[in-house]
Amino acid sequence: MSATVNPPVVFTQDELGWVSWIDPLPEAELTERHYAGLVDRSRAKSEYFRLLVRDPEVLEARTKTDKDIFYNVADGLPRAERELAAAATSRYNGCIYCASVHARFASTYSKRRDDVQRLLDEGVKADLGERWNAVVKASVALAATPIAFGPDNIAELRRAGLDDAEIVDVINGASFFNWANRLMLSLGEPSK
Amino acid sequence: MMSTRDIIDTLAGIEPGSALDAIRARRLQARENAQKSYLSLFEPIDAGDVSLLERAAVAAFVTGLHGGSPVATFYREKLAASTGGAALLGAIDAEIARGRTSGPYGSYPAGPLSVENTAGLIFRVGAESKSALGTRLAAALEHAHLLVFRPRDAASADMKALLDAGWSTTGIVTFSQLVAFLSFQVRVVSGLRTLAAANAQKETAS
Repeated sequence: MSATVNPPVVFTQDELGWVSWIDPLPEAELTERHYAGLVDRSRAKSEYFRLLVRDPEVLEARTKTDKDIFYNVADGLPRAERELAAAATSRYNGCIYCASVHARFASTYSKRRDDVQRLLDEGVKADLGERWNAVVKASVALAATPIAFGPDNIAELRRAGLDDAEIVDVINGASFFNWANRLMLSLGEPSK
Repeated sequence: MMSTRDIIDTLAGIEPGSALDAIRARRLQARENAQKSYLSLFEPIDAGDVSLLERAAVAAFVTGLHGGSPVATFYREKLAASTGGAALLGAIDAEIARGRTSGPYGSYPAGPLSVENTAGLIFRVGAESKSALGTRLAAALEHAHLLVFRPRDAASADMKALLDAGWSTTGIVTFSQLVAFLSFQVRVVSGLRTLAAANAQKETAS
């Protein structure tokens, strides 16, 4: 088990580290099966991925699901708004690490760094304009347990100009971060 | 493009050739790998660190905590059909009833975010269920409840509790993936069902 290293106490767009609470696989022990699970060989440098690669099959499938939901922008929702859904979900669930990464991506792709920062500072009720408000609200409704996502969220997303394919991207992006947040929050902690 | 029905289609009621099927087909890699995630968790190559019965029991508990839905019914039936599963149904149902609440809640690291701390149920398995579930599964349900409702409360002590209850490090990774994956799957299904219902209503109205 690793020692705690100066954990951040606020939501931030800064680059953070992440420290595992249980033992990742040592890099020297990784086999080709593990590298297939990592998808990108460079992930062998990451403590988080060397921990998850203890179950390489589910890591491989999870990583490929993630990449398609967020990076396949041939059509559907712009990348910035998929990242916004991820950041809003992470803000609501309380994952400081995931929020930092995806807030940074949302800023990069939208060029709206101040609005993204307000989401982090003020929380998911920050007023970010109609379209972003609709995406944030839908993401939060999906993250609630019991799930609170309903016809009003669909109507609001449509009024904000999203078509069905884009709404499915919001659903996928927000839902995926309910997966990611629970791993990052429970297997270790962020460090500055 | 028409696709073969997968588990999300089945649970969300999406028919081959429908509008939502076509939209899902545009994210084919995500679609295929959400299915592979499901298969790798419920039909694993190696169930040595987390048994099939443990996977089914945790899945029935986690999806049951989200409220009644086709997803919860599906995993309850999976548990009932698992070897040894029928004997656990009563305890799992009782613990779902005891554990139901609203989330996410919990505490942030001490600092400016402490004003957002929200108290809520700290779930512990009932004494009467413990003998039916055993030490490993009782610890798993308590940890699953933490992950479902208050993941921001998770601490290194929770990892130690699982290790002490007999979970291996690899078992903890698989079990955490299982709970986290179900948190994803139940939401995708709910979101797609809601969208399909909204579209059906629009067609009826016009």
